[in-house]
Amino acid sequence: MTGIFFVIIYVGIFVGSAFLFTKVLAKGMSDYTSLKTVTFGDESAVRPNRAAGIISIFTIFLMWGIFTGSSLLPGFLHAPGPFMGDTTFTYTSQVEGQAPDDATVTVLVRPRGETVDLPEVDPGEGFAKNDVVSIAQWRSGLVNVDRNDDLNKSDGAKVIAINGQKIAPGETVKTADGTVTLSDKGTPNFAPDKGWQMEPLYLPAPEEVWTRTLQIASEGFRNFTLLEHLGFSLFRVVVGFLLGAIVGIPLGYAMGLSNWFRGWFDPIVEFMRPVPPLALIPLVIIWAGIGETGKIILLFLAALWIMAIAARSGVSGVKISKVHAAYSLGASKAQIMRYVIIPNSLPEIFTGARVAMGVCWGTVVAAELVAAEQGAGMMIMTASKFQNTDIVIMGIILIGVIGFGIDMLMRAAEKFLVPWKGKG
Amino acid sequence: MTGLSIDKLSMRFDLPDGGHVQALQDVSIDLKAGELLSVLGPSGCGKTTLLNIVAGFLAPTSGVMTLNGHTINGPDAERGMVFQQGALFEWMSVRENVGFGPSMKGMPKNNKKEIVDHLLDVVGLQDFKEKAVYELSGGMQQRVALARCLANDPDVILMDEPLGALDALTREKMQSLVLKLWKETGKTIILITHSVEEALLLGERLIVMAPRPGRIHKEYRLPFAELGVNADLREVKKHAEFGPRREEILNMIWDMEEEIMGTKEDAA
Repeated sequence: MTGIFFVIIYVGIFVGSAFLFTKVLAKGMSDYTSLKTVTFGDESAVRPNRAAGIISIFTIFLMWGIFTGSSLLPGFLHAPGPFMGDTTFTYTSQVEGQAPDDATVTVLVRPRGETVDLPEVDPGEGFAKNDVVSIAQWRSGLVNVDRNDDLNKSDGAKVIAINGQKIAPGETVKTADGTVTLSDKGTPNFAPDKGWQMEPLYLPAPEEVWTRTLQIASEGFRNFTLLEHLGFSLFRVVVGFLLGAIVGIPLGYAMGLSNWFRGWFDPIVEFMRPVPPLALIPLVIIWAGIGETGKIILLFLAALWIMAIAARSGVSGVKISKVHAAYSLGASKAQIMRYVIIPNSLPEIFTGARVAMGVCWGTVVAAELVAAEQGAGMMIMTASKFQNTDIVIMGIILIGVIGFGIDMLMRAAEKFLVPWKGKG
Repeated sequence: MTGLSIDKLSMRFDLPDGGHVQALQDVSIDLKAGELLSVLGPSGCGKTTLLNIVAGFLAPTSGVMTLNGHTINGPDAERGMVFQQGALFEWMSVRENVGFGPSMKGMPKNNKKEIVDHLLDVVGLQDFKEKAVYELSGGMQQRVALARCLANDPDVILMDEPLGALDALTREKMQSLVLKLWKETGKTIILITHSVEEALLLGERLIVMAPRPGRIHKEYRLPFAELGVNADLREVKKHAEFGPRREEILNMIWDMEEEIMGTKEDAA
């Protein structure tokens, strides 16, 4: 049910803002695309709409806030929350040979973890006595209504109605603020209304994640500061990638320039390339343990094949006319290597480096999930074991931001260092 | 003896299926220093193979080539090559491309700068010398390629359809430039083309090659290149001999093409 409303709201914002921005507020485009009469199917006429991007991100946080009852949003925007407070329902108990008797159950619904002092209640008339219980939000609880009754189950007492509605074991009756289901053994089970919000255990509100982030940033997590956790992950990636590049690039060059190297390493490289680095984690742990060495070996292996293949195709991709031109301009083999083959292969190597950094970042997080003393992956894995969902979400966001940052940096470096990419 | 001598050059390519292609058979050419030779022929007549062998990129099956008395075996800076396109180094600026040959020789910076500046003036690219080559138009890129080749001061310049990818107007300008450079530098030039007009305009001598096996079909000595050095090329085309020559050679090549198509049909 909640899911349907979620989708409806999301689609509504999507359609509404699209209508608003493309039909109502659309000012005439001023670039040459505005002169095109054919834009459908023209890929060059499709560029991301900036407003859509901003609204999209805003909507994610909005939806997050709506369905977690975030304090950042005014109350009327919240999805209906879980019931909290006191509620009552009546049950009707019957013992053979006696008139049925009603009694009231008062349920105190409180947030999870809160200790509740149960008040005294007037037991009331008849053999069935009034009860009082407490149940946590989003939970449900059996109410042993006959415990304080004069005639209980052992006397043949049975609950036959809730709030005057007939009920049999297995059936459910809706009450003012929840539902009562009769268990197979005839005991009412009360579940207070859950509302449409997510339980913080599953999805904490944005501001809780933020507060937790500030707290972890200042206090640290499991003997290491937040920066140390992230720094360790990054350090492993950088060292593993650099080692992979230092070995992989010369290997790729050798494979691109020598038949023997190509023949020797092709089977190895082509076999290792499709093996996901994650599949190597168990072996690396067996060989090198869960310390830094194991992680760096794993990332080295993840980067090695990618860099070797990138360098190989960079060398193989050199146009023969460029090599011929260099020869007929008097260049020696070493000079052709230095001035033609290497610069010609750099764009490919940069593309490979970008892919390798991405793969390494993913691999290091996965390796830390499995076993680590510190690192971004270890942080979220440990937090999940203690049901600290806010730390898990914080970790995922930070991992995403860092991965995105790595890619941006690599792109910038590429633009700066190999501006001739794709211009040959 | 000075000049380029090609004696009974043959080239046979073995095919993977056991057959072979006779790309060149007994091709002999003698070029005096400073001669401008254009080579024309239908596709598949082995003209590019011939050029690659002269450049030293391919070893012939048989035959001997000598340049100024010494045998050719392998590429060398004495034989510069200008390619159709895409042979410039896009990671270098225009200036660095032109200065590539001198740099490889380890020429002192000042000498190199002098040569590069001079050649950029000659080809009219002085204002573009710090640009990346991919920022230039196709015609400008070919001018860079010419200048790069000349910077090495080669004895022979080999041109493999250098103007093939240019538009008609740019092409005409470049043809004039080639003639001007030929006259000014006095280089021996072999130019391969598949445009009959270009072959007539840019050939002091003209060789028409025939395919299967690649061989010399007919040789001409023409006055047009000499005329074109000082005159507008459109004027040269109005020369009384130009039209008939063009028709003659066009017919010759058409006959060869038809022959190829005919033999293909026979084979089928």
